[in-house]
Amino acid sequence: MTGKLVLENLKHRPMRSLLSVLLIGVPVTLILTLVGMTHGMLEDSQHRQEGIGADIIVRGSTSTSVITLSGPSIPEAMVAKIEQQPHVALAMGVVTHAVDLPLAVSGIDMAKFNRMSGGFTYLSGHTLEKPDDILIDNAYAAQRHLQVGDTLNLINHPWHVVGIVESGKMARLVVDRSVLQNLDSSTNKLSQIYVKVDKSANIDPVLEQLRRDLPNYKIDTMEYWISMFNAGQIQGIREFTVVVAAIGVVIGFAVVCLSMYMAVLQRTREIGILKSLGASKGFILGTILLEALLLGVGGTILGILLSFGSRWAIATMVPASIQMVIVPSWWPIAGLITLFGAGLGALYPGLNAARHDPIEALAYE
Amino acid sequence: MNNGDIISIRGLRKTYRVGSVEVPALRGVDLSVRAGEFLSIVGPSGSGKSTLFHIIGGLTPPTEGEVQVAGENLASMTDAGRTRMRRRTVGFVFQKFNLLPNLTARDNIAVARFIAGANSKPDPAFEEVLRLLGIAERLDHKPHALSGGEQQRVAIARAIVNHPAILLADEPTGNLDTENSKAVLEILRDLNARAGQTILMITHNPEAAGYGHSTLHMRDGRIVERT
Repeated sequence: MTGKLVLENLKHRPMRSLLSVLLIGVPVTLILTLVGMTHGMLEDSQHRQEGIGADIIVRGSTSTSVITLSGPSIPEAMVAKIEQQPHVALAMGVVTHAVDLPLAVSGIDMAKFNRMSGGFTYLSGHTLEKPDDILIDNAYAAQRHLQVGDTLNLINHPWHVVGIVESGKMARLVVDRSVLQNLDSSTNKLSQIYVKVDKSANIDPVLEQLRRDLPNYKIDTMEYWISMFNAGQIQGIREFTVVVAAIGVVIGFAVVCLSMYMAVLQRTREIGILKSLGASKGFILGTILLEALLLGVGGTILGILLSFGSRWAIATMVPASIQMVIVPSWWPIAGLITLFGAGLGALYPGLNAARHDPIEALAYE
Repeated sequence: MNNGDIISIRGLRKTYRVGSVEVPALRGVDLSVRAGEFLSIVGPSGSGKSTLFHIIGGLTPPTEGEVQVAGENLASMTDAGRTRMRRRTVGFVFQKFNLLPNLTARDNIAVARFIAGANSKPDPAFEEVLRLLGIAERLDHKPHALSGGEQQRVAIARAIVNHPAILLADEPTGNLDTENSKAVLEILRDLNARAGQTILMITHNPEAAGYGHSTLHMRDGRIVERT
């Protein structure tokens, strides 16, 4: 009966109910979108690192987190030195230059890249041939509406788009390494060195040897490096998520508090009627809380549905810059955050309603 | 309290505080009502009729005096105790019907049973009462789709669904035309005669007051005459 009473109350003012659900749904979408972006961008980076086909990565001494890009600091001569190590099949130096964050252009040695990764899959055009040539992946081409033959201005330099490749290897923007080194005034310097070992059983011995020989560099297996592309491993992401969740609670609280406060005002006489029938304070409070929780559940469902819309919008408008994935494990978390805010928001109007004097409530016009 | 008295009131006073001003609504009321009695209460506005009803119905506590209703002392009762008493001991019928607008007539009756902790489906005898009230075919309509007379009959059904010891009717015909007023008064008299339902009815209408066994006249917070 309580459920019926609450449902009929929600149906009686459909616009209020729908607006409340919509406003509660917005922070749910916000939470799920930001969590989905964090996961999506890290998964995308992880995927592109995996696509390189290396076993070990050597980073400069100034390199810190996976999402920071430090300047080229590794002498290029290190590549030859690493290749002389036993069991090292191939070493490839890469220069990375941030453009419009989180996008970066990578300068590579195309011959070595082809040997290490198996090469790019060309959707149109061909490989780098001239100094000003650039390869872009299909996501960047879609985002910037570029085709083979177009000119692309990056780092104050006009590049000639010669090929569009399938995304998933190394970077979205690829140029010749020496050209990028010259533009960066970092001739003979590298950002990372990727190392391919002859047999997987030799990865650990090679890693240990490199760490002994190059104590000032950060050297890890690619497996470990890729595992670092994890929201929990990146400083600030957890705090950022907590802040977004707190915003969700505040918005849910404010929306429900306002909505239920108005509802209680409009239903003063009905509360008086229920009290005249012997309804306890707990019953009155319970109906208000249940109504708020139903609005919260509706908002959560709508928020989840809208997050699919967010993913579609992001994938359509900025497929190269931002990637968003749906993270179903966050649905119950976002739901609980919302229900907590909704429950909190319903407490004040609910207690207000429960404390109504029945005689005054019955006389309310 | 005499044997057979369902209401026994001695020295009842009720004072409301409006800001810093104390407003006496009842100034010493003594009243006995036998079980099965149909008592009409008349008097001008501000005479204390409604306040007396609200105290007997457990909607507000007395300021002073002894109030026994169906064997329970309301003067010493807590707010929660008066809430419990309203579930089964008294039933209210109001001038403005006071049905829950979002629920059908059937659900308006069911909600009273639910709050009282009873099965939401009324007993078979009550189905007969619904037929006598003439609303059996209108139970699936919401109040806005019912006439005033029908709404008041639903309100009466809701008030008696838990078989309360006392039915308190506050100007039950105040918003009805002559025909519907007569029908509602007949229903109340029938309930009293057939089921022995104790009824207290506030009215401004002398003709309506005539439906009771006796009439209580109130003025300035006191009972001035019982005829």
